Amino acid sequence: MISSDSEDELYTERTALMSANASTAPSYQDRDGAPSPTNVQANRRRSAARRPANPVEGRVGAEGGPASRDGGGEGEEEEEEELILKYGAKHVIMLFVPVTLCMAVVVVTIKSVSFYTEKDGQLIYTPFTEDTDSVGRRLLNSILNTLIMISVIVVMTIILVLLYKYRCYKFIHGWLILSSLLLLFLFTYIYLGEVFKTYNVAMDYPTLILIIWNFGAVGMVCIHWKGPLQLQQAYLIMISALMALVFIKYLPEWSAWVILGAISVYDLIAVLCPKGPLRMLVETAQERNEPIFPALIYSSTMVWLVSMAKRDVDTEEHLSKTCNADNYPEVEVEANNHAVQGLADVSDMPQTQIQGVHHSAAGGEELEEEKGVKLGLGDFIFYSVLVGKAAAGASGDWNTTLACFIAILIGLCLTLLLLAVFKKALPALPISITFGLVFYFSTDNLVRPFMDTLASHQFYI
Amino acid sequence: MKVLSAAVLKPAFFWLLSLLLSSLVWFIAVKASNEKDAELQKSLIIFGVMFSVLLQEVFRFAYYKLLRKANEGLAALSEDGKSPLSVQQMAYVAGLGFGIMSGAFSVVNILAGSVGPGTVGIFRDSQYYFLTSAFMTMAIILLHTFWSVLFFDGFENKRWVAVVAVIATHLLVSGLTFLNPVYEGSLIPAFVIMVLMAAWAYFTAGGSLQNLQHFFMCKENK
Repeated sequence: MISSDSEDELYTERTALMSANASTAPSYQDRDGAPSPTNVQANRRRSAARRPANPVEGRVGAEGGPASRDGGGEGEEEEEEELILKYGAKHVIMLFVPVTLCMAVVVVTIKSVSFYTEKDGQLIYTPFTEDTDSVGRRLLNSILNTLIMISVIVVMTIILVLLYKYRCYKFIHGWLILSSLLLLFLFTYIYLGEVFKTYNVAMDYPTLILIIWNFGAVGMVCIHWKGPLQLQQAYLIMISALMALVFIKYLPEWSAWVILGAISVYDLIAVLCPKGPLRMLVETAQERNEPIFPALIYSSTMVWLVSMAKRDVDTEEHLSKTCNADNYPEVEVEANNHAVQGLADVSDMPQTQIQGVHHSAAGGEELEEEKGVKLGLGDFIFYSVLVGKAAAGASGDWNTTLACFIAILIGLCLTLLLLAVFKKALPALPISITFGLVFYFSTDNLVRPFMDTLASHQFYI
Repeated sequence: MKVLSAAVLKPAFFWLLSLLLSSLVWFIAVKASNEKDAELQKSLIIFGVMFSVLLQEVFRFAYYKLLRKANEGLAALSEDGKSPLSVQQMAYVAGLGFGIMSGAFSVVNILAGSVGPGTVGIFRDSQYYFLTSAFMTMAIILLHTFWSVLFFDGFENKRWVAVVAVIATHLLVSGLTFLNPVYEGSLIPAFVIMVLMAAWAYFTAGGSLQNLQHFFMCKENK
């Protein structure tokens, strides 16, 4: 299935960045039946398609929209710049909504369901306890926890890269399916159970089984196969939120903060260094002209080229509604740490990848461009972990949560700006997490007493 | 429209930065002083408030400069030499961002507390705490919007009266809140000032009495 996929995909690429993964997935709306995308694509692609953008974890790829304009002979610098800025703004919004939704779900759950703030033990990945007598010991333990966690992640990433390199796609696919099964069924079951307990809702097992079965089955289909774009996006947001909640529950306080910091550094290294695993993954995928793993990447638009020959279809609509691809056989392994020990452990990958997807749709003589961005689910998870920890933190202050939320979004904005400027895959974690951490600690320690004093006297600034 | 809605985040961030810096200054002052002395603490918080107001205005100016630069860049890139956003639109969005962030920070904890069990004013504080907080927050949010419009316009057209008025009224409104819980002294003037600023901003943004009339009479603007 890989080979067919690779033929199916045409990628538009403007610069040496990854992104634009235009896959002519035979969308379920495809009236043709079996598309022979290759030929169609060949006609379609105007720009020098080169590589598939692969949303490798930890990368932010910018798609050069103007690339398609080159064919049209309009590839002027300024126009491209303007397009970049314009689409940059659009990309920003396209990512703000899902990130905000994910964070909102996590914060609301943390504030209402007390299960996720209770301390019920720790994961095996963070074996050192934080219930120690001295501050120094606690710090040491959290650093050791971080080291273990990060090494697990690094090892998993390397394993993934090796598997990918040696084309063990079935293994990767199986691994991914297992992890999404776990998330969609087990974690949802636990989550629902806790929510029902909090609101004292009476529920019987048959109904519960029905709900969870439907939820999980539709989720599996949507994420790994075909489904409406928005449903897929919703499912990805939900599983990110569930994963983030698990992290928030099982990571001890100080370890969580140190881990967040360390993961951003790792992300930076893995994506930007020439020998970084994520970068190698991306490059390998590019060499093979293969698409990005869809199951672990959030994509704002899955736009597939529609065969030009079919004029009866409104290409615009097609572009926005096509489903996610079926021909993404290899899905990125989003290793999630499982709370349940003994399960096949999957490491957590900071998949920060934002890629611009560029597609050209043909409509008559002109080609229109549709751009989208892709962001790795690991990014969603870690952003939500940061905000969730801020909400769950000792003071439970809403100002701190708000400040972290704004900081993360601004970091995302800046990253997208850099993406538009550099046009290559960039790590989306470092800037946002740095801002988030800075704002968390400063708001919690400096702003909170100030605002509390103001509020108690009812002074306004 | 979409660009504008996402652009509300940046001024919010700037406001947050100004708050951070001013709380840092206040925090250092408090830690360096005698914490038991209530009078001293009261004067320190007053100083903190004033400093914060001034810092907010500084950051408003900084945001204005940033926007000017970005706008010029966009204008240079665009086809007809004009930027997609006018200064007034930018001013409005900036004001909205500042206001929303300021309002959110003032009120969200109070809102969270209002859900929980409790009695308002049980320790001989005012019973109208929540109500007045809500109204004051609303006034502040709207005021920030109008202030930004006036402020930006003042800098654009070199009308320093507007700029000075913005800073002065901000200090005044904040200062009046020191009179709380005598709400007549703080809320009513705040609302009066808000109406004044609204009118001024409206005329600055190009509105006129005629437009108003047309609006209310649902007449078309020919």
